[in-house]
Amino acid sequence: MNGHAFEFAGTRLVAQGSGALWWPEQRLLCVSDLHLGKSERMARRGGAMLPPYEVRDTLARLERDIEAADPARVVCLGDSFDDVAAAGALEDAALDWIARLQAGRNWVWIVGNHDPAPVALGGALVETYEDGPLTFRHIAAPAAQGEVSGHYHPKAALSLRGRQVTRRCFLHDASRLIMPAYGTYTGGLRWTDPVFGELLPGPGRAILTGQRAHAVPLPRSVATG
Amino acid sequence: MTELPTRFHDWFAARGWHVHPHQQEMLDRADAASLLLIAPTGGGKTLAGFLPTLAELAEGGHQGLHTLYISPLKALAADIRRNLGTPIADMDLPVRVEDRTGDTSSHVKRRQRADPPHILLTTPESLALMLSYEDAPRIFAGLKRVIVDEIHALSESKRGDQLMLALARLQTLVPGLRRVGLSATVEDPEGIGRFLARHPDPCEIIHADPGPDPDISMLQTDEAPPWSGGGGKYAIPAVLDQVRRHRTTLIFHNTRAQAEIFFHELWLANEDALPIGIHHGSLAREQREKIEAAMVRGDLRAIVCTGSLDLGIDWGDVDLVIQIGAPKNVKRLVQRIGRANHRYNAPSKALLVPANRFEIVECVAALQAVRERDLDGDPRGPGPRDVLCQHILISAAAGPFDADDLYAEVTSAGAYAGLSRAAFDDCLDFVATGGYALRAYDRWQRLVQRDGQWQLRDPRASRRIRMNIGTIQDSDLLKVKMRGRGGAPLGEIEEGFAATLTPGDTFLMGGRVVRYESLREMTVEVTRRADKPPKIATFMGTKFATSTQLSQRILSMFRQDGWPELPGHTAEWLALQRDRSKLPEADRLLIESFPHDGREHTCVYGFAGRNAMQTLGLLLTARMEEMGLHPMGFVSTDYAVLIWGLDRLEDPAPLFQAENLRNAFETWLAGNAVMKRTFKASAVIAGLVDRTASPGQRKTGKQATFSADILYDTLRRYDPDHLMLQITREEALKGLVDFGRIEEMLARTSGRIDHVTLPRVTPLAAPLFLEAGRVPVEGAATERLLEEEAERLMETAGLDTLEPAPSRWRVPY
Repeated sequence: MNGHAFEFAGTRLVAQGSGALWWPEQRLLCVSDLHLGKSERMARRGGAMLPPYEVRDTLARLERDIEAADPARVVCLGDSFDDVAAAGALEDAALDWIARLQAGRNWVWIVGNHDPAPVALGGALVETYEDGPLTFRHIAAPAAQGEVSGHYHPKAALSLRGRQVTRRCFLHDASRLIMPAYGTYTGGLRWTDPVFGELLPGPGRAILTGQRAHAVPLPRSVATG
Repeated sequence: MTELPTRFHDWFAARGWHVHPHQQEMLDRADAASLLLIAPTGGGKTLAGFLPTLAELAEGGHQGLHTLYISPLKALAADIRRNLGTPIADMDLPVRVEDRTGDTSSHVKRRQRADPPHILLTTPESLALMLSYEDAPRIFAGLKRVIVDEIHALSESKRGDQLMLALARLQTLVPGLRRVGLSATVEDPEGIGRFLARHPDPCEIIHADPGPDPDISMLQTDEAPPWSGGGGKYAIPAVLDQVRRHRTTLIFHNTRAQAEIFFHELWLANEDALPIGIHHGSLAREQREKIEAAMVRGDLRAIVCTGSLDLGIDWGDVDLVIQIGAPKNVKRLVQRIGRANHRYNAPSKALLVPANRFEIVECVAALQAVRERDLDGDPRGPGPRDVLCQHILISAAAGPFDADDLYAEVTSAGAYAGLSRAAFDDCLDFVATGGYALRAYDRWQRLVQRDGQWQLRDPRASRRIRMNIGTIQDSDLLKVKMRGRGGAPLGEIEEGFAATLTPGDTFLMGGRVVRYESLREMTVEVTRRADKPPKIATFMGTKFATSTQLSQRILSMFRQDGWPELPGHTAEWLALQRDRSKLPEADRLLIESFPHDGREHTCVYGFAGRNAMQTLGLLLTARMEEMGLHPMGFVSTDYAVLIWGLDRLEDPAPLFQAENLRNAFETWLAGNAVMKRTFKASAVIAGLVDRTASPGQRKTGKQATFSADILYDTLRRYDPDHLMLQITREEALKGLVDFGRIEEMLARTSGRIDHVTLPRVTPLAAPLFLEAGRVPVEGAATERLLEEEAERLMETAGLDTLEPAPSRWRVPY
């Protein structure tokens, strides 16, 4: 597993190529925006009938990250389910799989805008989770320090000798870290979107996911939008 | 048979016109169930199509819709409405004509559904939309005729397949409906007839007098064309001279990018400031309309254009067509030439401008084909199944249907006549349940069967179906406008190209160098400050491959002893190739191997067209990699692929064994970017993913829907036999991959390989070294490039020094 290590709010964190965040000191693994059950929700609402394999694909990737890191604590940063009914509609096999991942670990579900209510799964459900200098919540709060949040699904676009590459990415400056979406069926918001300019006004950095995580400066055009 | 009423004869006479024989014949055979008119441009085709309608309506008394006119262009519908207005007003006919396109306001559309006009002018997409409404049977009750204009163009795309499925539906609603097709000159009128007629009914075909042979030749230039490239820049003085000597000239290019560059260069050389405009599909509608209006007024001496002017409004004043670059396809060339001199019975005048030395040969071959009226074209394949899936959705939106009835109706469209019931059922299952190996949506099926009838589970789904109607591919385009409040819209560029720009970069748009300033609400804002050499914008748009027939003609020219029809320099070049190596032959495959610049080179003269040669390059280099020959890259053209690498190819035969090539192809195909692009297009058409809102409509702070690539990867991993993957494969083979032409090449050469090993570059291979579009062979290259770029950017930003530890760091688990 190739990650990118960096300092944030006095802690040493590793952004994994998979899109997970690893905090070695606390043996904490954080993933954001799993959106489990997205295909079921879309079909239920008369939308597209997407290939119904995204729950198993997302869980399989999460399992690989958990097996590799063996975290003591797993924090799911909100929007873990595409909606509360989707959580309720998960097949037994998926529920068993989640239970297996949770076994022997401290598991924290943070509420998101898609999944504001408790779901019938193990683990604790909280609005925010604080651990030392870090605060984990779903949507970035005003004037936060040492905050790790999700919600926006940032993605980076780079031109490499004429070849266009887009990747989901972490974005951070000195006070805020915004996580990429981890779920298989999640879209992205360009890192040049003005919203990121407002959230990360200082010199910032993007860490691109992929086979290996790469850090690049956050383009400043976000500020001028 | 329809008699032309006396007032029509008087009207013709008053204008000094007479009824053309083919127009009379259209009247005589107006009762035919299917009738196809083949006429050259300017042959009064549209009037020939409408005369029977006007005659039938002249006496009054018809209630509701009588004739539906369908054209591929919105602009054409509006133009026809104006043109029909003249005879209707002059003869005081009791006929109401209206158009209905994507631009028609919703209240007019509602009124048209309640109270349809006698003649409705529309597009395939608008017709499909009308058929998705429950009241379609009422709207179309009383319909007598449907006229499909420019059917030759529609028959080459999925829009045509969709249209013919719509006609099948219409025929069920109105069994007595008569079909009329209007076509430019084509190679296979019977094929178009089968496409138009209700299967298996016959189609009557009327051929208008093709008129005199065109006056067509190669443009003489002082300077010889360059060895490679496609711009035609060398010919600018000669082209300007021709523009000066004619009233109005159309200057056709094969790609939008080339049109932009040529137009820019033309203006730099345009010392007399001749009024010359540019017109192509990526320019803003406002810009195009301005040019069209100036053209109609006769204000312009020339227009640099692309296929966007292949169809459309008749401009009587054009007296010269110039084609820059080899025409690639004889049929399209003939249709383009027809745009000069729209007066019937006057020869069209056209000049060909080869862009490079090899294109001289191709242009001469094309000239011969035009003179012999030998048109090219590939037979239509079976109707695509993604279009069928959309049609099933449209049927469901209109109301409950019986599967047996729908199957019978669909197979009455010529393109779908061979569709098996099993293939139809697969599509129906995909539409109803998603068609996945994992049956996940039993509770949420899109279609459910009640009392034997299929219908939408949730009637609200019809809204989403209607929003996704159509088969035209929208790539992700960004609007370009001048900076400032109310800045003029200029056109569109691809999102991918926009992403390569940084503020201050310049590019060509509508022939002007503009400077990228900012991206604001997904619109590219530019200024006029042109202080850097422009980058070349990339546009979506097909790059046509040289047709099989034209390639064959070139190969037969190579068999000649000498080439008096070619300019001296070109004939000498071919003779030198014959002397040093060999000239390629139709039934043998010539492969040359030679060292150059410290690398081993292999050149394969496959003559299979650019798409197939590109595919061949990818396949051969993959096989050579396996064989340990260390290929490093390749470049391909319509006729050859040149591969370079570290080791010499000793025996090419195993590379070209059909079985080996096919196996390599299967492996390669699945992971290819072409497949992902094809998948996305088909998934939108088949209703798996929504047509994305164009980036300009995306709100800031809102994520785009996830990419279709993810669905493609997911299906490949978990459901590799899914219908969408089958469709993707079928479509990719037909289109960009063009493996069919590789198969054709293998069949034609049948293992007869001439492998010539030489000490140096051959004359025929030499131009390939100058060709743009070299493709590097790479494995993990993207990761490596990304790493280099990340380091470079961090260094530039001074951030590398802030890094507490090396930027790469292995996590100690």
